[in-house]
Amino acid sequence: MATRHDTAAPLAKEGGAAPARPEVVRTTDERRRARMSRRWQRDMRWSPYAFVSPFFLLFVAFGLFPLIYTGWASLHTVELTAPTDMKWAGLHNYTRIFDDDFFWNAAKNTLTMGIISTVPQLAMAMGLAHILNYKLRASTFFRVVMLAPYATSIAAASLVFVLLFGRDYGMINWALHFVGGGHIDWQNDKWPSQIAVSSIVVWRWTGYNALIYLAAMQAVPQDLYESAALDGANRWQQFFHVTLPQLRPTILFTCVVSTIGASQLFGEPLMFDANKGASGGAEHQFQTLGLYLYEQGWVNQHLGRASAIAWTMFLILIVIGIVNYVISRRLRESS
Amino acid sequence: MTTTLTPTTGATDKEPGRLRRPKAARAGGTLHAGPLAYAVLVLFSIGSLFPLVWTAIAASRDNNRLAETPPPFWFGSNLAHNLNVAWNDANLGKAFVNTTFVAGVSAGTIVFLSTIAGFAFAKLRFKGRNAMMLIVIGTMMVPPQLSIIPLYMMVAKLDWTDQLQAVILPSLVSAFGVFFMRQYLMQALPDEIIEAARVDGASSWRVVWHVVFPAARPAMAVLGMLMFVQTWNDFLWPFLVLTQNGNPTVQVAVSALGRGYTPDQSLIMAGALLGTLPLLLVFAIFGKQIVGGIMQGAVKG
Repeated sequence: MATRHDTAAPLAKEGGAAPARPEVVRTTDERRRARMSRRWQRDMRWSPYAFVSPFFLLFVAFGLFPLIYTGWASLHTVELTAPTDMKWAGLHNYTRIFDDDFFWNAAKNTLTMGIISTVPQLAMAMGLAHILNYKLRASTFFRVVMLAPYATSIAAASLVFVLLFGRDYGMINWALHFVGGGHIDWQNDKWPSQIAVSSIVVWRWTGYNALIYLAAMQAVPQDLYESAALDGANRWQQFFHVTLPQLRPTILFTCVVSTIGASQLFGEPLMFDANKGASGGAEHQFQTLGLYLYEQGWVNQHLGRASAIAWTMFLILIVIGIVNYVISRRLRESS
Repeated sequence: MTTTLTPTTGATDKEPGRLRRPKAARAGGTLHAGPLAYAVLVLFSIGSLFPLVWTAIAASRDNNRLAETPPPFWFGSNLAHNLNVAWNDANLGKAFVNTTFVAGVSAGTIVFLSTIAGFAFAKLRFKGRNAMMLIVIGTMMVPPQLSIIPLYMMVAKLDWTDQLQAVILPSLVSAFGVFFMRQYLMQALPDEIIEAARVDGASSWRVVWHVVFPAARPAMAVLGMLMFVQTWNDFLWPFLVLTQNGNPTVQVAVSALGRGYTPDQSLIMAGALLGTLPLLLVFAIFGKQIVGGIMQGAVKG
């Protein structure tokens, strides 16, 4: 029984005693092989889908479905106290928020704070990346130090900046006092407070973006610089005519990411408020759309209205994305 | 494998070769930095570190000293006391356990799912692969604020308010992770190794287990750290679902410290310091790898 019949199979066929036996062995073997190969094929065919499906299942459950449901909810009257009780309202939520001065105030604040946080942040990141791209001593040290703010949380960073920007005893007014400034009410005046909140964003993200630019700079082919140098380009010209054009996709990428981040600004202005409310300061001077959404949904308990704000933000982002795309297309064609 | 993961050392490797080029061609990555460059870098480093150091200084003082001019520039003697009070007031012990759990589960799941999905996108051929990859990249553009309202409804309906699974579940998926692992595996995992494993009769799962995971380990570590940092610092969603402060994450606990009418600033700073310290430690130890990981994710982005 224990002998390997498959090797002896041809012989066994000639003997009359047990003709069927090797046959059986061979067919189970074949069947096994066929089964294996079928399983193999099935494996080859379907396992890629098995590997990517958890991502898509989770994305549908926690990304796509909520996205669509938010749109649906924005057409209803929904209260936070009874989120399942939805009454059809048509476009009422949208007309309601568009008539709301606080919405436009929040939209304007989001735009201005987006500009004063994103533009200096990316410009400084570019400068830093350029410097880090030189041959440097302790370059790893500088990179890690510059990334340290990224490790701090919004909550902790905002609390520290509230103190630093304090009107009476804050470090920044104290330092400004020596150059003849000072006594700026960083929390209550419109522009100072917006600058202060934006500075938290700038502080946390400049180093991170610098690293992204640095990585892109290191991927620029060296011979481009060589030929530029042969053409007599100085260092500034090389930066403007070689580095920047080569970095265009990366710059665009960081612009898009920063724009999305800026449009969602929430934790920093929430924590910066002296009253820790969602109004963005006593006179809504730094209320962002994110805060306004939170105020409508969780303070005033109108989830339907909050959904309409969320979808409006989404539509604005799509428009920005299309504009971005068109501009980059134009730039590519013109060069 | 290792060279792709550490662009910082990779760059220095190339320097001897670059140095021999004519002087005029050395700009953009090869020129020695002058004193001005160092001055700028030192200035920026001070700017980066100052708020962190000052958090520690403020946390080591008592509240009255913070309300004086000039503000304190050096450490006081109240650090241990403030840390102790902040720890107890903000329920930070529980918050640390909670956050470690949440960030660990999220980071672990993201790394696992991203690796298998990234492997499929990088090395396997299947119908709809390119379209699916486009969708993955597209999902990175969808702002999370759009989904919080239905998610909140779901959580409310399931009666999960103040429970950790409400925080964990929506953070289990990361398009960036899939993208990151795909980029890594495309270059780090030669097709021949997979073919060899196939010839030996390995099923797809065995290939993943015995070939992909070992090859992807460095990238998995970097992605894990990045995702851990991200989940640890997550604010908006935990702030919305963990409302009672009985079961907070670190960020929610720290944010709650700032409330109240006459908040003790040095206590708040002590809490902020405690909330930041673990990640700063991670950075002090793995900073180089994290920097390398961010840069690696960036080049191909």
